[in-house]
Amino acid sequence: MARFRVCPDAGFYFDKSAESLMKVNAVAGVVSLLVAGIMAVGVILTRWQEVHLLPADLFYQALTLHGINALIFWIIFFEIAILYFASSTLLRCRLAAPRWAWFGFLLMVIGAVMNNVAVFQGKSSVMMTSYAPMQAEPHFYLGLILFAVGALIGCFVFLGTLVLAKDDKTYEGSVPLVTFGALTACIIAVFTIASGAIILIPTYLWSIGYINHIDAEMYRLVWWGMGHSSQQINVAAHVSIWYLLAGILFGARPMSEKVSRGAFLLYILFLQLASAHHILVDPGISSEWKVFNTSYAMYLAVLASMIHGLTVPGSMEVAQRAKGLTKGLFEWLRKAPWSNPVFSGFFFSLIIFGFIGGITGVVMGTEQINLIIHNTIYVPAHFHATVAVGTTLAFMALTYLLIPVLFRRELFLPQIAKLQPYVFSAGMTLMILFMLGAGTLGVSRRHWDMDFTGAALSFEYPGTAYVMMAIAGIGGVLAIVGGAMYVIVTVGSLVLGKKLDASAGLLQSFGLSLSPGNYNVEIAEPLLMAPKLTVEEHGSAGFEAPGTFVLAMALLVCFVVYYFINWDYLASVWPLS
Amino acid sequence: MPQDDNPPKPEPVPFFQRMLDNPFLLLFIGVVVPTVFYILWGIMEIATIPVAP
Repeated sequence: MARFRVCPDAGFYFDKSAESLMKVNAVAGVVSLLVAGIMAVGVILTRWQEVHLLPADLFYQALTLHGINALIFWIIFFEIAILYFASSTLLRCRLAAPRWAWFGFLLMVIGAVMNNVAVFQGKSSVMMTSYAPMQAEPHFYLGLILFAVGALIGCFVFLGTLVLAKDDKTYEGSVPLVTFGALTACIIAVFTIASGAIILIPTYLWSIGYINHIDAEMYRLVWWGMGHSSQQINVAAHVSIWYLLAGILFGARPMSEKVSRGAFLLYILFLQLASAHHILVDPGISSEWKVFNTSYAMYLAVLASMIHGLTVPGSMEVAQRAKGLTKGLFEWLRKAPWSNPVFSGFFFSLIIFGFIGGITGVVMGTEQINLIIHNTIYVPAHFHATVAVGTTLAFMALTYLLIPVLFRRELFLPQIAKLQPYVFSAGMTLMILFMLGAGTLGVSRRHWDMDFTGAALSFEYPGTAYVMMAIAGIGGVLAIVGGAMYVIVTVGSLVLGKKLDASAGLLQSFGLSLSPGNYNVEIAEPLLMAPKLTVEEHGSAGFEAPGTFVLAMALLVCFVVYYFINWDYLASVWPLS
Repeated sequence: MPQDDNPPKPEPVPFFQRMLDNPFLLLFIGVVVPTVFYILWGIMEIATIPVAP
């Protein structure tokens, strides 16, 4: 029975079941992002002290919904779609156990809805971390557990598909690098979900009265094994997407597959350990644990990110130079397709993730200078650089690629789509930079009122902190506008976009397959191994990417200066003499 | 034309590549390493905090 459709534009092979599952997971992700974005309005306009939009109870409710929908539901729904794409489509293989995949998706939807309902009911405004002994309604935890079980099933369907592809010999040699990156994301996801199960199941039992006590420190430790690692799934996933998009847009190939795979291996080994930076000021844990998990293990994961950050733009530069764009250091970059939202979204994701997310991440992971900014608004600034720009913008860029390829629709309002990555990145960058500044001045995260109105012990932030939070508010509003543009283009494309296939109707946009005639390939042609590049065969082919080298040096200089400033600042706020 | 009795042997796959080609081995080490260094070590530290008198 024929089961594959070949995309006439991109040449991808889509297995019928995998295609529907990719669509429904991506759509569910965008719905979650919409909820997160609406809640972001309440959060940012309340943190902007002059506006101070919401009362305390609604603020914490909005913050909880924003955090969980953006950091868990949007990201993981979309990542499951990526896992199916990276296994079934890239390996030209049928999806393993599609019924299990649908069951997993159903559990994820039920879990996400249940969790959202719990928060909307008003008695579970415990924020994403839901730190014990703060207690939410039982269905808050149950929703998360069901969602996690569904995602775990998705991970095993992905692994099963890898096994099928190997057995069916659908590819030669090793799996492609993008699939290997997706495997890295999947492995981190399994650890993440296991950590979640270890802590959320007892917490659920505590919420229904079967357990009378949850140790607060134990909760924090294990919860962050889930909470932070879930964001590391994102890193592995969006780095894979960077490689994919560089390949599709420029025909770029990694400068060295061996080095890139080695970097993914460093992620597999060490990336999850970065969870430890949340525990750096907790008194119950020894310095040995903190120092090993952050200052040693985490730096190996950072090394991996620096490798990817060098090799992705480097591979683009090599590909562009091969096309004759060799003038100066940056002609290859100047003449990149900046009006294509797939490229601009991808490139801003890479730059902002590296320059802001990466550098601030190392600062937060350093035990001493972490003291300056621990639990301040610096922390959400950091993860907005990594997740809201690094991951989300990469996913947005991928969406613009997939709407014609997977959903067989043209982009709706293409001019808005062109502008969207610019508006979103500009808003986010403004918000992030000023939140970083305010955090360095000590402004707390998750705090409703900077004025401490009615508090028994008063405290006054410097005026600069208020100005910075106001500018962050303006940036946040701009970022929300950018997010809304994405949702309008995406939903508009699925509903109103010009059909690229006569059978691509409304229901097909939301999961149904195209007409049976499209699926006319029974066995996909095997994926052949590309010939090795000179640089891989001989170790070096000269100084092929000087522009990227200059960018890397610029990052290094920024990092050294910023790192020094933080140590200097630590010395001034905490004089040891 | 005489047939080649000794066709060239395929190059052996290096150990490191074989390791990277085994998703379940990677899954194993990717779960064990953080479980040992982050979760178990951390739990042991918390569990050994003396109870306040």
